[in-house]
Amino acid sequence: MSDTPELVSDLLDGQHRALARAITNIENRTEGYRDLVAALHEHTGHADVIGITGSPGAGKSTLVDKLAKSYRDQGLTVGIIAVDPSSPFSGGAVLGDRIRMGSNVGDMDVFFRSMSARGNLGGLSTATSDAVKALDAFGKDKIIIETVGAGQNEIDIVKTADTVAVLVPPSSGDDVQMLKAGILEIGDVFVVNKADLAGADKTFQELRGMLELRDDEEGDWEPEIVETVANTGEGVDELIDVFQSHADWLDETGAREDVERDRYAEEIRTLLRNDASALVEDEIERRGGMDDLVSRVVERETDPYTVADDVLEPLRDCLDE
Amino acid sequence: MSESSQRKIRCLVAKVGLDGHDRGAHVIARAFRDAGFEVIYSGLHQSPDDIVQAAVQEDVDVLGISILSGAHNTLVPKVVEGLKEYGAFEDTLILVGGIIPDDDRPELEDAGVDAIFGPGTPMEETIQFIRENTPER
Repeated sequence: MSDTPELVSDLLDGQHRALARAITNIENRTEGYRDLVAALHEHTGHADVIGITGSPGAGKSTLVDKLAKSYRDQGLTVGIIAVDPSSPFSGGAVLGDRIRMGSNVGDMDVFFRSMSARGNLGGLSTATSDAVKALDAFGKDKIIIETVGAGQNEIDIVKTADTVAVLVPPSSGDDVQMLKAGILEIGDVFVVNKADLAGADKTFQELRGMLELRDDEEGDWEPEIVETVANTGEGVDELIDVFQSHADWLDETGAREDVERDRYAEEIRTLLRNDASALVEDEIERRGGMDDLVSRVVERETDPYTVADDVLEPLRDCLDE
Repeated sequence: MSESSQRKIRCLVAKVGLDGHDRGAHVIARAFRDAGFEVIYSGLHQSPDDIVQAAVQEDVDVLGISILSGAHNTLVPKVVEGLKEYGAFEDTLILVGGIIPDDDRPELEDAGVDAIFGPGTPMEETIQFIRENTPER
């Protein structure tokens, strides 16, 4: 199954095993994964990508489970990627989000994949956006991404999802917590989950107060706040309606196209940076390795700027031609 | 495997059937994590089909089934059948942990189980077995 063209055709053919293996190859950076993602690209662009973020224990997994169930009841297919943190010590991870998927066990049309962040700190793994492409090409109608539970800095999700929901559990700190950068800016929808608990109303009010102060321009999407009880499914249909109106807004205003263009520009830049720096590493090796260069700098034979110029010289020459 | 590949061993630690004792599964999950594996825990009371769904979607290298109820002769072959149906049997290492009487071992091994680890097995032995026997992909 390591043969890329075959994997692509099996995936497009709807084989779950091929989709699973494609995501594994993407995660592991297995040889050929770039060709794989490249081949999938033309088949993408049909799914709605929804990101769910929020602090640990906010109820993300439980809410994702209920969202998936509701979409399935509408006859839609669902792909889910749930990211959990990896251990900074062993590199291992316990990926526990699957336990909450009680409403969808046994339903193969909900494709649930647990993913380790593999040391990445933005709330997603570097492989997440490529894995989303695999689910999209497979033909999933809705793709839900659940980030690592943290909640003050998980902004990678904005770059990957069309619609971002931020979960705010009741009594999760005063309004100063919400003033902190990150969370307030990234949400298209704010979800006060566990709305049956004491303090939910207060959290709702504080959130509304904060969002009114958001520096929005005319024509911007006005973030909505929805109350849910993910355990019982209360408010989930309303949340789905809000997701839909955000999706409609993206289409009607042309914002979707802008977002998409920005996203691809960012993706191309990231790839170029990584590939270019790999080329530079090769060139450093050709010149005897970093240790050698450093020694010469330490001995005052040369300096870092000159080294950088020298290493890049062949590249620059190529570009000038 | 290419040099730049960043493969991690992925394991599904699965509780199947009606037994509700998962302390052992938790300890195993944690030890696997500390060994650098990526561990997906299924949660309690899963049916064989649920386990198959999880193993296929998560594309795990290792499926560790914990059974303390005595129903292993019924449940394990169903899981194996399901994996075969999705073409996932060949390259998945299947382990069984729990209380398995010696008389039942040959039957499970015939069904496709790669190893059985009873109570008291040192964690290091299980981890070593996984490192040495995880199928190449």
